[in-house]
Amino acid sequence: MNNIIEITSLRKNYGEIKAVNDVSLSVNKGEMFGLVGPDGAGKTTMIRILCGLIIQESGVVKILDKDRSQSRKEIQKNIGYLSQKFSLYGDLSVDENIEFFAEIHNVKDYFKRRDELLDFSRLKPFRNRIAEKLSGGMKQKLALVCCLIHEPKILFLDEPTTGVDPVSRRDFWKILSKLLKDGITIFMSTPYLDEAERCNRVALMNAGEIIALDTPQKIKEKMNKQIIEIVCSPVRIAYQAIKRNTMLEVQMFGDRINVVVENYKLELPSIKKALTENKVQITDERIISPSLENVFMHLIKDAE
Amino acid sequence: MNSIEVKNLTKKFGNFTSVDNISFNVKQAEIFGFLGANGAGKSTTIKMLCGILEPTLGDAIVEGQSVAKNPDRVKQNIGYMSQRFSLYNDLAVGENLDFFGGVYGLSNQKLNERKKWVLKIANLEGKENLLTGSLPGGIKQRLALGAAVIHQPGIVFLDEPTSGVDPISRRNFWELINELSSEGTTVFVTTHYLEEAEFCNNIIFIDDGKLIAEGNPKTLKTKYLDKPILEVECSSVIEALVILEKSPFVDETSIFGNNIHIIVNEKYVEEKQITALLEKQNNITVKKISKIVPTLEDVFIHLLEMDKKK
Repeated sequence: MNNIIEITSLRKNYGEIKAVNDVSLSVNKGEMFGLVGPDGAGKTTMIRILCGLIIQESGVVKILDKDRSQSRKEIQKNIGYLSQKFSLYGDLSVDENIEFFAEIHNVKDYFKRRDELLDFSRLKPFRNRIAEKLSGGMKQKLALVCCLIHEPKILFLDEPTTGVDPVSRRDFWKILSKLLKDGITIFMSTPYLDEAERCNRVALMNAGEIIALDTPQKIKEKMNKQIIEIVCSPVRIAYQAIKRNTMLEVQMFGDRINVVVENYKLELPSIKKALTENKVQITDERIISPSLENVFMHLIKDAE
Repeated sequence: MNSIEVKNLTKKFGNFTSVDNISFNVKQAEIFGFLGANGAGKSTTIKMLCGILEPTLGDAIVEGQSVAKNPDRVKQNIGYMSQRFSLYNDLAVGENLDFFGGVYGLSNQKLNERKKWVLKIANLEGKENLLTGSLPGGIKQRLALGAAVIHQPGIVFLDEPTSGVDPISRRNFWELINELSSEGTTVFVTTHYLEEAEFCNNIIFIDDGKLIAEGNPKTLKTKYLDKPILEVECSSVIEALVILEKSPFVDETSIFGNNIHIIVNEKYVEEKQITALLEKQNNITVKKISKIVPTLEDVFIHLLEMDKKK
């Protein structure tokens, strides 16, 4: 069995809204699979169907070679699900929260596993603290640990790092990479394109449909464009100047703009001219490899 | 003129000092970024500035009113939008606006005028009867911001307004923030997306309840980060990160998409040090190493790491 998840022609409607519209994809065993898309694209609906929380209109979901709708209990034993809103009990301690999840999943001998997970998430010093008093980053780690107590084979994460600061996000990713080494398959949705870059494969979802599915590398290669990154100020003026004076696609990232070009040498003079004419100060310019965020914005633009 | 003047603001919960003697000013109509890690004391500070939590020591003057002495007057003069969506999902768009307008004492013609304005900025003109819960995330966000300023306050507090919002909606939302600011509203905003912080006129960083840095984005980058930053583009990025963390010429590491940023110290001489170290692992290949201009996220992580080492 290579495909641990296999989805065929999946559909789910809410009234007139096609939340999931004829999606087929498969996930390989042991990979980190990312589902990316704008709000309302259907990401959460997909994950909830895969976790058996809602039922599809039509189509087939197979998990671990079993039909989702027929082998519910067996599948449930083998998956973990971290929802957007962590379901921790604020008035229980770290230890007690894990114990609660162990009982739900009918795990009898959870003490050793709990210690391992606490070690590995570096939560051990806080095991007696009540969950409510943990910082956001620690709560998120505890929620993850709770989903792992029954040693699932597949982990579903629905936007796990939303609202988490950059330092905690970096630590969370270190934990995920350890899980992958242990052979767990991870299926995650995220609005952060920079996180999607670290997945083995990514599906870009828009309006219920998959508009691209491949390794981040291949998705980026398909864009087949060069990106000039210009650090400049004021960046808003720079953005508007390029939009007005050239035919080029321009994207704004904080203190810099990215201009999508066919040929760097050919286009650069006109870009610089547009910027200097509008009194934009340039601090740095370089060719960068396109990021998934560049590609995402490029594709969504095409879809509109 | 200042929209906010904070003096020695402090909040203690028992023995725990959540906000530790911070002072700063926010100018009228500026976009002011308030940054810090989870648990740094941001929400506690915002609650005090909004007049819903009493300071233990110190005071803040918000739109001319003292949060210690006149918290109720403060509440009338501000708008607030939290990271949790604050509208009622089971009410129609128009009903939500009637409710918020009513809370702030708007009625009749004034209420109608303002409702029209909110519907316009949320791209919901003619859609007052839609159920709020059925709207896409990006639109909800704009509607929530509109509702927060329906009474035209001098200042609006946005607590992680774009949390979990996709890149395109986030950019549109910031256009709206800019409009508000150019019309004279002060915008006080917290975010974990550091690239958004670049759009702020001024920024403060707090950690463990203390103010650790302040300035405009440009000053922050030059004043607080004077060591070289390199961007390493390679495969197996998390494994490479763990290796680089432990190497003597690296002070700090952070991760940006599929790239690693490292701050190097005097033991660093040439690129070969990095390539040799990483390529010892047979699954890592280094594609590119370049010296870069730091982003605010580099500065943020640097400040937090420095603070931890203290």
